[in-house]
Amino acid sequence: MEKLQGEVMEISGSQMVIEALRHEEVEVVFGYPGGAIMNVYDEVYKQNYFKHILTRHEQAALHAADGYARASGRVGVAFVTSGPGFTNAVTGLATAYMDSVPMVVISGQVPITMIGTDAFQEIDAVGISRPCVKHNYLVKDVSELPRILKEAFYIARTGRPGPVHVDLPKDVTAQIGKFEYPKTISMQTYKPTLKGNIRQIKKAVEAIKNAKRPIFYLGGGVINSGASSLVREMAAVSGIPAVETLMARGTLRYDDPLLLGMVGMHGSYVANMGMSEADLMIAFGPRFDDRVTGKLSEFAKHAKIIHVDIDPSSIGKLVDVDYPIVGDLKNVLETMLPRVKEEIDPNKYQNWRELLSRYNDIHPLKYEDSNEVIKPQWVIEQVGRTLGDKAIVTTDVGQHQMWSAQFYPFTFPRQWVSSGGLGTMGFGLPAAMGAKWAQKDKISINFTGDGSILMNIQELMTAIESKTPVINIILNNNFLGMVRQWQTFFYDKRYSSTDLNMQPDFVKLVESFGGVGFHVETKEEFDKALDAAIKSGVVALIDVKVNRLENVLPMVPAGGTLYNMMLDYKD
Amino acid sequence: MDLRRVISVIVLNEHGVLARISGLFAGRGYNIDSLTVAPVPNTNLSRLTIVTSGNSRVLEQIVKQLHKLIPTYKVIESCEFVEKEMALIKIPLKESFDGLDAMLKAYNGVIANSGDDFIVVMVADDTPRVASFLKAVKKYNPTEIVMGGSVAMDL
Repeated sequence: MEKLQGEVMEISGSQMVIEALRHEEVEVVFGYPGGAIMNVYDEVYKQNYFKHILTRHEQAALHAADGYARASGRVGVAFVTSGPGFTNAVTGLATAYMDSVPMVVISGQVPITMIGTDAFQEIDAVGISRPCVKHNYLVKDVSELPRILKEAFYIARTGRPGPVHVDLPKDVTAQIGKFEYPKTISMQTYKPTLKGNIRQIKKAVEAIKNAKRPIFYLGGGVINSGASSLVREMAAVSGIPAVETLMARGTLRYDDPLLLGMVGMHGSYVANMGMSEADLMIAFGPRFDDRVTGKLSEFAKHAKIIHVDIDPSSIGKLVDVDYPIVGDLKNVLETMLPRVKEEIDPNKYQNWRELLSRYNDIHPLKYEDSNEVIKPQWVIEQVGRTLGDKAIVTTDVGQHQMWSAQFYPFTFPRQWVSSGGLGTMGFGLPAAMGAKWAQKDKISINFTGDGSILMNIQELMTAIESKTPVINIILNNNFLGMVRQWQTFFYDKRYSSTDLNMQPDFVKLVESFGGVGFHVETKEEFDKALDAAIKSGVVALIDVKVNRLENVLPMVPAGGTLYNMMLDYKD
Repeated sequence: MDLRRVISVIVLNEHGVLARISGLFAGRGYNIDSLTVAPVPNTNLSRLTIVTSGNSRVLEQIVKQLHKLIPTYKVIESCEFVEKEMALIKIPLKESFDGLDAMLKAYNGVIANSGDDFIVVMVADDTPRVASFLKAVKKYNPTEIVMGGSVAMDL
């Protein structure tokens, strides 16, 4: 089907899907077939524009597309069938929506003539996906399909990115229609604001000039906007220290002296003190999540706030903002940076930086290493020392996720892939596969827990079949560790349903899929296992027995204040 | 403190758009006091008039979240507008209609229809005036009241 751009073809709805993906230069699709989407899969079989990777569960297909999108900055694409295929995918949509990840998900649907009859594998898919996507479509006629697909990709990647769901009835996939993929797009009702208001930008620069204790509060929007290098430059020329949210890790290099570390519930002492004592908070694309702010009435009490965000509804949602700027961060910074260079003297904040550096000296981010038992933090650091910028790091959700965010030496944006907003266990392995397809020259490391890994363990098969080497490192403490930690701190050690003493033999498990596995109980064994895993070229699983009762510290208890952190826990 | 607010939303008149808006209110815990919807003549758009209430932060979020919906063309949250509401009231014929005529005149009301043993009166007026009419009409022991919800036009 070699056709020139703009040429009109008479093709089926299924062929239109393939052609649209070709025009969007999609290189990989993750999915799982089924009755309602079989016509589309028949066309997948006949084409060679993109690679299709069969996952072993629809949820994993979406997380893989999500991991691909986060690691590449491109739109991730997934196919699922109707009914249970779609409902399995919902967690993936919600995960991507909470973290503003661009995706297009196409689900099969029963034929239009059967919608509403409780047909086999029928479910009101757009009704279910509505609150967890940026936008969705039910395609009623093949003539609408080219426009809808064009809009879906456009909406997913522009403005505040997010997943778009297209529900495609089976009879529409068989209908023949005219296909001409629109080259440009202009939607009557959707026009994201990209350029920041110049007067507001000037006022913000003026506020920076007048501040004594300014701080950059960097959120996921920095990564999404592709503004990391501008932010690095901004920090360098202004001498203003910065904190990163979980989603913004990798914006500044880990060894940048201006980086105070991660902020929030498990942020560093200096980052949280910096936020609490600043007189000006310069927020670039964060969303003032409760895991960052703690108790709102005590959050940034002494600070004026500049908030740059592409989503107006993010501004002033939880915290009053003094200098709101709606726009694409990259665009705004291009205007702001020359003014900052000209007007801001980095020496001015010397005292402020010194104060912060004293805070860091008093309570640095730390853990007590041991020779008897492997500390989970050591594993993260050791992988960082061994692989550094050669690795792309994904995680599941829980203690290991926080330790990874705290201790991995991140050096570039999109090196870090983690489910922040929704906190989806089972995200790591499929996301690590997607990330590997996005950054093929990197080693894909998935830090996971003995709880999380079992939530999508079947994807070991996908990794083997699709030749996607992913190294899973289980920080195995035989616990649902984060819940256990809360039970220790706040529930008088009543370990309700968190003890995971019953476990599979992870090494035999991964071997049964055709991968390689390693049991690790000493540091020497770990080094050898990591080396062997890298050399194996197949999916690997390193089961590291770590200190059972290790806690993630420091910690701001939920609803607590940032300046009042729990720094130690003594039994 | 909760404030009452009338918001007009102009949206693409397409499949599922009302569900997006009502779902937004339900999902985020916002109030809907009344909601009316009808196509805007000679366009592909519909106008929704939503009467809601909440504190100023909530009201700001409602406007922003409505605007964020892809099919939303415009959100009008004006201070100056004409707001009218309609009500139909069924009164049994066995009641004495003493003074009803004068009352209808006072509230721009009419007798809209009648049956074997009832009449239906209709009023269309400002929301507070409709409320006071409904209070006054109680003495005729109405058997049914249907309210239309506010429609508004900014000035």
